[in-house]
Amino acid sequence: MEESLLEILRKNAKESPETMAMMLGVPAGEVEAAIARLEREGVIRGWQAIVNEDLAPRAPVSAAIEVRVTPEREGGFNRIAEQVSRFEEVEATYLMSGGYDLLLFVRGESLLAVARFVSEKLATIHGVLSTATHFRLKTYKQNGVLMARPGEDKRLAVTP
Amino acid sequence: MTDARGRLARHIVDLPKSGIREFFDIVSTRRGVISLAIGEPDFDTPWHIREASIASLEEGCSHYTGNAGLPALRQAIAAYVRERFGGAYDPAHEVLVTVGASEGLDVTLRALLNPGDEVLYHEPCFVSYGPEIAMAHGVPVAVETHAEDNFRLSVEALEAKVSPRTKALVVNFPNNPTGAVLGREDVEAIADFAIRHDLILISDEIYAELTWGGRRHVSFASVPALRDRLVLLHGYSKAWAMTGFRMAYVCAPAWLMDTILKIHQYAIMCASTPSQYAALEAMRQPAEDMAPMLRAYEMRRNFLRAAFAEAGIPMHNPAGAFYAFPQIARFGLSAREFAVRLLDAENVAVVPGTAFGACGEGFVRCSYATGMEQLKEAAARIARFVKTL
Repeated sequence: MEESLLEILRKNAKESPETMAMMLGVPAGEVEAAIARLEREGVIRGWQAIVNEDLAPRAPVSAAIEVRVTPEREGGFNRIAEQVSRFEEVEATYLMSGGYDLLLFVRGESLLAVARFVSEKLATIHGVLSTATHFRLKTYKQNGVLMARPGEDKRLAVTP
Repeated sequence: MTDARGRLARHIVDLPKSGIREFFDIVSTRRGVISLAIGEPDFDTPWHIREASIASLEEGCSHYTGNAGLPALRQAIAAYVRERFGGAYDPAHEVLVTVGASEGLDVTLRALLNPGDEVLYHEPCFVSYGPEIAMAHGVPVAVETHAEDNFRLSVEALEAKVSPRTKALVVNFPNNPTGAVLGREDVEAIADFAIRHDLILISDEIYAELTWGGRRHVSFASVPALRDRLVLLHGYSKAWAMTGFRMAYVCAPAWLMDTILKIHQYAIMCASTPSQYAALEAMRQPAEDMAPMLRAYEMRRNFLRAAFAEAGIPMHNPAGAFYAFPQIARFGLSAREFAVRLLDAENVAVVPGTAFGACGEGFVRCSYATGMEQLKEAAARIARFVKTL
């Protein structure tokens, strides 16, 4: 049930417990209890809107930053990754395989703000070897949602 | 032209107009309709399948294929049918790629029937069966199925309609429009009936992958005793959301396929080549392609069932395809009146059950191949509408 519940919520977090209960064939109370449990266990970490920043007022500047770091004897990449993640400019932090170690998604009010974050806050952390910053130009898809407006239903209104 | 009727083929002129067509004409005059009247997936074809078709065109695969279809595709079909349906077919001589399952049924009937041969089929059913039988100069003989029986096809009903002139039986489960499915014992009883009366069994299993509540489709191809008298129709339209590609196939024993292929060869030549490449790609990862669609359909079906129960609209338990077939007789309207007034009052389109045969009176077909948001809105409007009756 939890797997199906998460699938529904990933598509539409605003779906009502009553409707979800009908979709899953269980009582509404059970859905509410499952959501509360998932929140308590940290499986559901929060509730957000999917915003097309290209259309939002005062769209922020955002960038993907590749970071190479020196792993530490105790904890590997964790300490630096957690330290970096605490900056409020950082939207997401991932440990990656391949040519660099951490991938950050960072947002700021302006190009300059992001550049200053990189040079003054990120690059100066002990253990950070190098950074490569890539600015986002346009969003085509995020969170599994195409940003282009969906076209009309191309099907005929009645078919056998 | 004077006396047009006299110049036209009588057995075609006499065919009834499709009830779906009539209703389509009414619905298409209106704007902003929420349509539960669409018999095709709301999902677009998975992108890797469309992409493979585009790539085949870029590579210049725009020529005829062999009459029966691409050999690689027929091999993939035989493997899928063996794995999924439990039937063994020789891809070289027993598999034919067709332009939709409707073509498969047409060429099969034309290969089998002499004028006056009777063909049993069950109603309510897909709109084409009766007319396709008549177009092949056969005599369609409808066998009724009923809500009290979850629209299963009973051998008693078949026995009542079979005659010495009966040549074949057309069955379709999971069923459009009722959503009915058959269990193993039903399949075996019907198989036994076909053998006892020496009939060809034509099984349209186009909705095979769409079964709910943990049920798994039981194919007539899994009954070994039927092998020499079974024609299996299946295709890509429903489970892969590929309706516009018009890709389907026929599996039949070699003695029959020979003649079926003769008709296909003269009438069609071969199915569309870019579509065949799309179908080939569709065979690569069927389970992965279908899984998200199947999960969505099942949740919508659960939702609709609960919504109708809440609104006091009785319905049998639809366990397959993407149709609900609620019973609206208690509201004192005919199926057609109900559909027309619902459209007028709430701008929601459903199909009158009578479009699928006379015994569909008292029912309407609601397709849940529609996004949840629309389905929720439609269910709320239907509930509001029936309160006014």
